[in-house]
Amino acid sequence: MSQPKTLFEKVWESHVVAAHPGEPSLLYIDLHLVHEVTSPQAFDGLRMAGRKVRRPDRCVATVDHNVPTTANRLIIEDAIAARQIDALRANCAEFGVPLYDIESPNQGIVHVIGPELGFTKPGMTIVCGDSHTSTHGAFGALAFGIGTSEVEHVLATQCLQQSRPKTFRITVDGQLPPSVTAKDIALGIIGHIGTDGATGHVIEYAGSAIRSLSMEGRMTLCNMSIEAGARAGMIAPDNTTFAYLKGRRFSPAGAEWEQAVAEWRKLATDPGANFDRELVLHAEELAPFVTWGTNPAMVVPVTERVPDPATSSSEGERRSWQRALEYMALEPGRRIQDVAIDRVFIGSCTNSRIEDLRAAAQVVNGYHVHPKVHAMVVPGSQQVKLQAEKEGLDEVFRAAGFEWRQPGCSMCLGMNPDILSPGERCASTSNRNFEGRQGRGGRTHLVSPEMAAAAAISGHFTDVRKWEFKQFQPAQVGSKN
Amino acid sequence: MKPFRKLSARVAPLNRANVDTDQIIPKQFLKRIERTGYGEFLFFDWRRIQDGPNAGDPDPEFVLNHPHHAGAEILLAGKNFGCGSSREHAAWALSDYGFRCVIAPTFADIFHSNAGKNGILLITLQEEHVDLLHKRAASLPGYQLHVSLEDQTVNDDHGFFASFTTDPFRRECLLEGLDDIGLSMRHSAVLDDYEQRHDKDFWLAARPGETANAGGGLQ
Repeated sequence: MSQPKTLFEKVWESHVVAAHPGEPSLLYIDLHLVHEVTSPQAFDGLRMAGRKVRRPDRCVATVDHNVPTTANRLIIEDAIAARQIDALRANCAEFGVPLYDIESPNQGIVHVIGPELGFTKPGMTIVCGDSHTSTHGAFGALAFGIGTSEVEHVLATQCLQQSRPKTFRITVDGQLPPSVTAKDIALGIIGHIGTDGATGHVIEYAGSAIRSLSMEGRMTLCNMSIEAGARAGMIAPDNTTFAYLKGRRFSPAGAEWEQAVAEWRKLATDPGANFDRELVLHAEELAPFVTWGTNPAMVVPVTERVPDPATSSSEGERRSWQRALEYMALEPGRRIQDVAIDRVFIGSCTNSRIEDLRAAAQVVNGYHVHPKVHAMVVPGSQQVKLQAEKEGLDEVFRAAGFEWRQPGCSMCLGMNPDILSPGERCASTSNRNFEGRQGRGGRTHLVSPEMAAAAAISGHFTDVRKWEFKQFQPAQVGSKN
Repeated sequence: MKPFRKLSARVAPLNRANVDTDQIIPKQFLKRIERTGYGEFLFFDWRRIQDGPNAGDPDPEFVLNHPHHAGAEILLAGKNFGCGSSREHAAWALSDYGFRCVIAPTFADIFHSNAGKNGILLITLQEEHVDLLHKRAASLPGYQLHVSLEDQTVNDDHGFFASFTTDPFRRECLLEGLDDIGLSMRHSAVLDDYEQRHDKDFWLAARPGETANAGGGLQ
């Protein structure tokens, strides 16, 4: 009997091309996702060195970060953004990298289209010049964000020099209470271990509460791994994973499908395998969370109050809480549910998938957005948008006064025209509440799609567990494309 | 890449924890397609007065604008420096501004890797030492540190001395200014061999049924 291994160890070990003592390992990369923002300097580097892309068939590109999300967007008014998108088009054409361009029916946020089209598969190594690449770990892939020099390295060699990270199993057992979502698991974990709580580690999420999550929920959870400092987050593939993958555009088909599933089933962590760290949480103890500060660890349940810096654990923490409260214009002791908002953003690689939109639409259905709130929904991809429109979700949002936009990263990071004005307060389903993230001086509160929807209607944060849902009959259409 | 061996330089103390890459370089500068010229955008929002009649002017309260730290090449930071987005623009901006070394109790992983690939030495010292250096850098005008990557030591002119460790491979690359792609290419025969075997695992193919170098149309 060989040594029991973790999911991470199995994927890592099967991808080591070369390992020499005192050097990082050379790790083979199965899938490289490329977008307009972190790639132009990498392609330039290839050109200057006279190198080519080693495996264009293992690359996929799309435009997502700085594309406008308004209806008529083929002409991009921001000249610098337009130049960057043009650079990606030219680079993809020159180096033979397939591109889902702005008018493609498959354009979307890179971390939404990878899984949706079946590029993402269990057991793969996946990289992208974007820290939220951790999303793809939901499938049992080892997926992580890289910098532009590494993008160039992968383009040239299909490999990456990597030091082996440590392993960290986070087990969430029990049943999630109603209206408590994968986003709340993520915020609960980050609140517990901090924004550097998993630095140097790959997290494996395990336990009955994780197993019961849909693929969309698992993607939300793995997506936020980087906000705890983790290199990656992973979940062992199971029947939920295989049901999601079956029939996708780039999934194995025919006789190969069964063989692929048999291979993927071998990936799960063996009983008795060791992790460098372990943490166990109980699903029943989780609640809908709202961040109050300027990093995702500054978070409390919706029923609580803004904390007092005087109760923080160290002088350094006290100073950072104080600074965060000043930036957020909040005072200690304020009830979270009394905090009024100006904007609502439902979207981003964290929460823009069909299930997220369905959940938000359930809350919104039959209500109208608060008169002082401006709310928008930005679907994660053209396919998500199309599916939502088939189900009539767009009508629910529009009737309630939401804007219904074209796919892109949008207000998650505000590289396109979708930004907060200074002082505006936003309930956002995105992943980062850093100072200025959604626009200079903007104040971001991270929440789940259900909580964002409820805040849009109420004009302030509200406990979605007490929401009065109105009768909602979405069209019965399957979620696959 | 410019080799890094020894450095004696002024220190700028930025005593904040969890400084994220959105603060190091805000998103509006990520649309550029060049690799150079990011120094003027480093800590863009923190360097400037945000509101009022003088909005846009240098904020005299911000450490980089203080004459005591003019020309600093060593940034003294807080824990978890460089967390958040993977943008290498953060490393480019630090380097372009003139920083060649950052000292902190801990660094975020992706930033750590990006810094190394741009010739920036990251030194991890224990929190008490970093706190002490912050006090000295904030109170002693023109405070300098002497860093040697060859000896893996940091010292000042007032009796501070500490040694640090770096990953031996990363240290060698920094000392010699080695290019990563060139280094990996040394393994090209092993890579060819591995890739030929690995390609047979169709369940790990990005696009099953399509062969290598089959770039182009997907629609």
